[in-house]
Amino acid sequence: MSFDERGGAPVRRPSTEGRRSASLFQFVSGYGYSAAGRDLPEVSRGRTTVTTILLGLVLPVLILAVWWVAAESGAIPDYLLPSPPQVVAAGVELAQAGLLATYILISVQRVLLGFAIGAAIGLVLGALVGLSPLASKLLAPLLGAIRAVPSLAWVPLLTIYLGIYEEPKITLIAIGAAFPVFTTVAGALRHVDPHLVEAGQAFGLGRLALLSTVQLPAVVPSIVSGLRLALAQAWLFLVAAELIASSMGLGFLLIDSQNNGRIDRLFLAIILLGVLGKTTDALVGLGERALLQRWG
Amino acid sequence: MSSSSSSVTVATPALPVSLRGVGRTFPAVRGGEERIVLRDIQLEIAPGEIVALLGPSGCGKSTLLRQISGLDRPTAGTLTIDRTAVAPADQRSAVAFQEPRLLPWRTVARNVELGLPRGLDRRQGAERVAELLELVQLSHAAGLKPREISGGMAQRVSLARALARGPGVLLLDEPFGALDALTRLTMQDLLVDIHRAEPATIVLVTHDVDEALALADRIVLLGTRHDRPGATISMILDVPGARPRDRASVVLTRLRAKLLDALGVPSHHGA
Repeated sequence: MSFDERGGAPVRRPSTEGRRSASLFQFVSGYGYSAAGRDLPEVSRGRTTVTTILLGLVLPVLILAVWWVAAESGAIPDYLLPSPPQVVAAGVELAQAGLLATYILISVQRVLLGFAIGAAIGLVLGALVGLSPLASKLLAPLLGAIRAVPSLAWVPLLTIYLGIYEEPKITLIAIGAAFPVFTTVAGALRHVDPHLVEAGQAFGLGRLALLSTVQLPAVVPSIVSGLRLALAQAWLFLVAAELIASSMGLGFLLIDSQNNGRIDRLFLAIILLGVLGKTTDALVGLGERALLQRWG
Repeated sequence: MSSSSSSVTVATPALPVSLRGVGRTFPAVRGGEERIVLRDIQLEIAPGEIVALLGPSGCGKSTLLRQISGLDRPTAGTLTIDRTAVAPADQRSAVAFQEPRLLPWRTVARNVELGLPRGLDRRQGAERVAELLELVQLSHAAGLKPREISGGMAQRVSLARALARGPGVLLLDEPFGALDALTRLTMQDLLVDIHRAEPATIVLVTHDVDEALALADRIVLLGTRHDRPGATISMILDVPGARPRDRASVVLTRLRAKLLDALGVPSHHGA
């Protein structure tokens, strides 16, 4: 089920010219480097970017080559290790049947919906707990307990309550996405520089104006880090949801392929999950850079 | 520098400040004893006057300033601005803190904007900000972020922000304390110019005797007696002479000796 340790994925490395120390979140995430909490690297010179991309591709290409040789040489039988062409062929076959696009789209849709709902809830709860000591005392223990429940434990209950269609899956993903946002936002709001808050008060900002003028902008980098973690969680919970009860999607493809002994499709599903996860993460990373340019 | 052409649209007239028997005691924390920081402060400040609060570090100068600003409330006595009680975060006064406290994600101009009075329309606000940046000689830096400017520039931004609403009372908490000696002198001259252009009542906290002598109409010395906890006013000195003053004048030299003596530092003057 662990989906956050994808070997070989090109990880964007922290730039060496950053002057501020790296943020906690980039070490926590294990899901690629987050630029939050440090200075933006200088606009990269074209050559460096190309070198970075090439270096990031070295291991994946090497792994692909070893895999190919191992599979083609017959050293490992193909019911255990399909060759790359077999995996591609499996993809083409699924695409011709009209299933590949459907599976990918439904999975992406579930992730994005669950992520959006979960992130919004996490943001609101995080703001409440981070800003109000009373709300913190009321909510923090309960939310901590809910967070401690393993994701799979929700599945039977959600299936009974919400059926077997989209609702339980999106709900599960939303639960998964809400907590990273909640934790980072609440923590960051609690630690906004009290000097800045007092300065805002001294210049006549009321509670709401203070929130929008001082506190929220101050935690933008943390919010972005939280969103990035939440997206990783959303993919994790997607597979959890689709493995249990579904008839479509990449998680379903995994379990269906296992049952039918289609190891080529199994490889295809895993590779697709890796590529899609990395792509959405990279997109959020782009948004993150733009936001930090403005608020960092 | 001439800054007489200021087209002040928002300035309120300088306001009087009155402190009667003001004291501040912090409650005991976890089994400790309560801490008396200030007691029996009695002071009348005239509109437009510059008063320097002088005293050793940690004697309660900043605490007293916070009482006047309404960011903290005295536990004894009454405190009024223009004969009405000081409200929490009173908007008739404006503070420039010891640290610039600029919002790092906002440009210099947008930081100054934070100090504008509510209800000013956009165009007026922009004009006022431009005028203030001109006054603190930062027009060229309007579009820069705080991390891109020097400490002295940041303190000037902080000063401009405090001036933005044309406060009746301007409260300065060691605003030049962290600056190098040369920049500090330039900033003191700038403050004299600003006070001439927009004559607010100014209360200035400082531990720098020369700064107090260069700027203040009156110097209020805070000190603690050995037999009683809590700082109170130990001496009030009138400083003669119109600003800008000759820092080396005989009168100021004599006052400096007297102040240093009161602060417990041998002045070596005329020894």
